Amino acid sequence: MVPISHAIALSALLFCIGAAGALARRNLIVILMSIELMLNAVNLALVAFSRQWGDIAGHVFVLMVIVVAAAEVTVGLGIVISLFRNRESVNVEDASLLRW
Amino acid sequence: MIEVIVKMLFIVLVMMGAFLPLITWVERKQAAIMQDRIGANRADLFGIRAIGLLHPAADVLKLLTKEDVVPRGANRVLHLLAPVMALVPAIITLAVIPFGSVYAFGESALNLVVADIDWGMLYVFAVGSLATYGAVIAGWASNNNWSLLGSMRASSQMISYEVTMGLALVGLFMVFGSLKLTEIAAAQDTTFRLLGFLELFGVVAALPAWLDWIRLPAWGVFYQPLGFILFLTCIMAENKRPPFDAPEGESEIIAGYHMEYSGMRFGLFYTAEFLEVPVIGALVATLFLGGWAVPFLSQETIIGGVSQAFGVGFATGLCMILHVVTFLVKVVVLIWLQMLIRWTLPRFRYDQVMDLCWKYILPLSIANVFVTGGAILLAEGLR
Amino acid sequence: MSALLFYVFGALAVGGALGMVLNVRNTVAGAMSLVLAMVSLGGVYVLLDAYLIGVLQILVYAGAIVVLFLFVVMLLNLRGEQFGPERLAVGKVLGVAVAVLLLLQLLWLIPTFAPPAELRPGFGGYRDVGMALFTDWVLAFESTSLLLLAAMIGAVVLAKRKVD
Repeated sequence: MVPISHAIALSALLFCIGAAGALARRNLIVILMSIELMLNAVNLALVAFSRQWGDIAGHVFVLMVIVVAAAEVTVGLGIVISLFRNRESVNVEDASLLRW
Repeated sequence: MIEVIVKMLFIVLVMMGAFLPLITWVERKQAAIMQDRIGANRADLFGIRAIGLLHPAADVLKLLTKEDVVPRGANRVLHLLAPVMALVPAIITLAVIPFGSVYAFGESALNLVVADIDWGMLYVFAVGSLATYGAVIAGWASNNNWSLLGSMRASSQMISYEVTMGLALVGLFMVFGSLKLTEIAAAQDTTFRLLGFLELFGVVAALPAWLDWIRLPAWGVFYQPLGFILFLTCIMAENKRPPFDAPEGESEIIAGYHMEYSGMRFGLFYTAEFLEVPVIGALVATLFLGGWAVPFLSQETIIGGVSQAFGVGFATGLCMILHVVTFLVKVVVLIWLQMLIRWTLPRFRYDQVMDLCWKYILPLSIANVFVTGGAILLAEGLR
Repeated sequence: MSALLFYVFGALAVGGALGMVLNVRNTVAGAMSLVLAMVSLGGVYVLLDAYLIGVLQILVYAGAIVVLFLFVVMLLNLRGEQFGPERLAVGKVLGVAVAVLLLLQLLWLIPTFAPPAELRPGFGGYRDVGMALFTDWVLAFESTSLLLLAAMIGAVVLAKRKVD
């Protein structure tokens, strides 16, 4: 069995890939998928720590995160559909009303 | 390790090698008999026709030699990935289905299941949910509006029926107290007194002895009849089996997401669809029809009875063969039932399919959970 | 053996994540890379003795959430040519730089742990998590059902066509 710090490192790597995706991409659907990736990285960290200390509360927390992610994806994609109906594009730059 | 490989080979040879061609033949012949015609019987080998049993081989040869067409503008990688993603979940569901129980040969115990995991049914649900991708990606990767329409119908139908498939089984899990398929099959190896519920609910103190021999095998279908009907409906709809095949409605959207697939790519979809028939049969047989258990003859009775004449080793081997044959007979009965349903009912309209799931099956399965829970609590409380 | 499997699944997860983030033109291929990442993470969870969470990850994330993404992409018929060109802007480079900086900080902060605790039998299985969920954490469980109800209502209201 690998040391837990390797699992935490994997979680950090996935989180930062997700963060880079959410910050750098302009396609709204890819941004939502990157947020899902970040939530998954957090789940991995929680599971790793739960294994380290033998505490089942980590798993319960992961279940809550999964449910929250599902709810967020549902509503987020509803927003994407409404946005697409109004502006014919899922590029976030087309949805920006700020001047600069 | 070698044991696992041998078991996997057995499953692949029996299920894919023997059942799959047989089901292609049964589909045509049973349809023909039900429709009062002869069916396909022209394929012959050196003049021997064998009532059409050579047609599956002819089908495979035809599919292998047809041209592999990828439509222009389609994504080649996704176009190839889709049939693979449809086929793999159907095959790996067989890894947790027990073909027999645990047999003691000397010191070693032989368990006739490839993977005896603690959460077996959750694995089946998870793998079944991955099967959605085959239909979804196929429609998108074909660059075709009809395929896209079939694909959208398929994806919403499949994810709706996954939910009710799980809920319909919750009553069964409450009754048997486990998600492990080997435990559920082993718990159905016994019989129960049909009128025992009078004793449980306190109507009589103890059942008179002459009523004790009215027994039924402790199968899931007798404990959960509504759950059986709901689960059979849901799993047939999940696998897009007619009459739920609106996604590939042949007269409406010209084969839906199958349309741009020819040759062996279509052969993979074809294999996936026909492999799901015995997989559904095996799953329903294990959960509701007692799996490998012979009705009214438990494993101890068989081994005890035969070993008095022939010795324990031979008795265990005979029992193993008997159990596997019983399981396969039950799978064959369920295949026949699915073919019967397919060729009797006309295709449901797509909105009828979705209505059935969310407005009828979902409330019924939740009611089933409540009634089962109430019955278990009442029986436990009054015991 | 399980250590080797952990590294294989980890590499697949990172590969899938990169495939999703770096895929500029084809959103559906990016979503399939995300599925690969999630299934690999499910494998990692099973290796970390989190059996229920691992199978729920595949059931919920890979089997429903990403299908929802694909469904929306197909519903809006977002073909590759429709996305605006993603230019190499200053904001992009800055975003990636911030993420790399965050990664370096996080990796620097990871301590060395004591050997993991001895697990009770049945840890991480459905009975264990189920007992904890329905006894200690039942309030959180019930509030998630309210959250899901709110999400369902929100999604229906947002995506409904306005019939005048």
